[in-house]
Amino acid sequence: MNFEQTDFYTQAILSMAALVGLTSFLMLGQGRLLRLIFVFALQGLLLTLTTTLAAYSLDNPHLYISAVLTLVLKVLFVPWMLRREVLLMNMHRDVQALANKTTVMLGGASLMVFSYYVLHPIVQTTSPVMLNALAVSLSVVLLGMLLMISHRQAVAHVVGFMSIENGLFFAAIVATKGMPMVVELGIAFDVLVAAVLFGIFFLHIRTSIDSLDVDLLNRLHETDDAKPDASAIATGVEL
Amino acid sequence: MIAAYLVLLIPLLGIVLFAVAGHKTDMGKTNVWLNAVCLLATLWLAINVLNQGTLLSANKAFLVDAFNVYLIVLTAFVGLTTSIFSAPYMAHEQALGKLSAKRLKLYYTMYQGFMLAMYLVLTTNNMGIMWVAMEGATLATVLLVSLYRTPESIEAAWKYFILCGVGIAQALFGTILLYYAAVQIGDGENAMLWSVLYENAAQLNPEILEIAFVFLLIGYGTKIGLVPLHNWLPDAHSEGPTPMSAVLSGLLLNDALYAVVRNKMLVDGASHNNMAGYLMMGFGLLSFLVGALFLHRQKDIKRLFSYSSIEHMGMMTFAFGMGGAMATFAALLHMTVHSLTKSAIFVTVGHAAQMAGTQRIDKIRGLIKTQPRVGWGLLIGTLAIAGFPPFGVFTSEFLVLLATMHNYPWLAPLVLLGIGIAFAGLFRHIQPMVYGEKPEGQQPVKANLWPVIIHLGLVLWLGLAIPGFLAQWFSQATLLISGSTPL
Repeated sequence: MNFEQTDFYTQAILSMAALVGLTSFLMLGQGRLLRLIFVFALQGLLLTLTTTLAAYSLDNPHLYISAVLTLVLKVLFVPWMLRREVLLMNMHRDVQALANKTTVMLGGASLMVFSYYVLHPIVQTTSPVMLNALAVSLSVVLLGMLLMISHRQAVAHVVGFMSIENGLFFAAIVATKGMPMVVELGIAFDVLVAAVLFGIFFLHIRTSIDSLDVDLLNRLHETDDAKPDASAIATGVEL
Repeated sequence: MIAAYLVLLIPLLGIVLFAVAGHKTDMGKTNVWLNAVCLLATLWLAINVLNQGTLLSANKAFLVDAFNVYLIVLTAFVGLTTSIFSAPYMAHEQALGKLSAKRLKLYYTMYQGFMLAMYLVLTTNNMGIMWVAMEGATLATVLLVSLYRTPESIEAAWKYFILCGVGIAQALFGTILLYYAAVQIGDGENAMLWSVLYENAAQLNPEILEIAFVFLLIGYGTKIGLVPLHNWLPDAHSEGPTPMSAVLSGLLLNDALYAVVRNKMLVDGASHNNMAGYLMMGFGLLSFLVGALFLHRQKDIKRLFSYSSIEHMGMMTFAFGMGGAMATFAALLHMTVHSLTKSAIFVTVGHAAQMAGTQRIDKIRGLIKTQPRVGWGLLIGTLAIAGFPPFGVFTSEFLVLLATMHNYPWLAPLVLLGIGIAFAGLFRHIQPMVYGEKPEGQQPVKANLWPVIIHLGLVLWLGLAIPGFLAQWFSQATLLISGSTPL
């Protein structure tokens, strides 16, 4: 593929894809929660820019609505909510050392290669630009999962979850020039409800285990040792 | 088509009603009435489909054909009977002090929200909306799993939320790829409609569709509870209120499988190497066997039956994957009888757990002596789910086995083995619970067992004779899915 021969829009989309991929890697290696949230907001901003760009060059007005939705949800509302939570729990001073940062980063790199490998068959029928865009989207999805696996804080899990949504959204914008409006509104609604639910959950987890460390969520498992009886706890009866 | 809109509007009305004025009414009764009216609307819809064949709404947003119409009626029916069970059950939980009036309001609001999401998954013609509604079903039920606010229930709800959320995101990626393949051949706005995709399936790019199906299967498969992705299911079923377990097992899992099969029909139309079928067979058989084995280790009665759900969903996925007229027919029948039986079982399990004051299997004893109807209900329900003749589950499992012997004889021993292991796993736990002396101080609870009797009666009826119109729907749906007819 020769870059000089492609039009401005394609070049811009490719740079955006690269930047979105980069933010995913930045999040993966981040030990401080506030910075993690900041990078996540940055990724949302890149997504907004991509959507606006697509709306402008494809002359597709409904994409402007998606851009506004992304801006409000992913750049403002969710980061604000998460930041508030971190400050409330006084977690912003904790540096969470990743146990095996090198392995995680290498794992992230191989996930990116894997995404290209998985989507390679479609290059025969479409342009290489599409391959790049879709592969980056898929790797953002997979990197989001890796983020959730490697970090132990509930806040980081939410960031991973939302960044998976970002990857999907990027694919929808770039590959298919945006989905039908009704579907996009539906997805935005789901993301909004999910964000609100996460907020409610933080409250519950905080009040029940007094921490947002998901390692403490380990009561339910398949081993045979006696599990405290749920209904007995609820009614306060000793077994 | 008015009936279809009505089916969607009634639960929407219910949400608003409970959210705004829930505390002023007898919510349990209102919930029953809403679901009863909804069932009438679905029956009207069913009669329309019976007389006119496939219905497509004017703006092509909704599609009702032989495949989804019986699932819609089933959803409304299980929704109604569960709401009949749930009214006294939740009142009892409130009397025990486990719930405040405010949370009860949340419960009923979300009950209607869940029903709306289920109807939307089934009636929509748009693959994107199907995804949105499926995610909506997760969002509606997640707060219900943590309704009791115990540390366990919050953990279960968190797991459910994260696992299903991440899982279903994969399905969205699959849907985007599907749409990507579709816009290459057709117009943008309509390219996501299932009816359009199905007509043009042969022209869709098979490579993209195969990749898309992998993601769709993983995504919706998380919801079905296919095995490497099943971890949320036993937790969510065991920690949430029992009526929720009944509708999750009876409806949500079915609808997720429905979404997978709809997508499989598209992939089969585009590519002819049966990749989708083999994937479903593999995952299905694995879930079936692992689910059956895990039955033996359970200590919690609701976890026991959620593993039984995993096992049965595995069998249906396997049967749909195998394709062919007989297997598909069997899978459709199995979806129906499993829903009916499993929700009936969860109703009796709920009463049994309330009687014993615990969900631990080793603490639940002497059910028949304490309250014969609950004990017998649980016993007969378990007999039915384990696949004893003359119940409907026997018929469908037998057909699956027959189809396996016909198409893949070397897999038949595994299927037989799984059925055997599951039977033993269920009965080693059930026998001491229903028979034996009752513990001191165990009192009967106020229970309405009509839902159980009606469900099990229907399952028995389906085992003895399938009514003509239902058989006709099943064979039409089979024709639609597998391309050939069993009758």
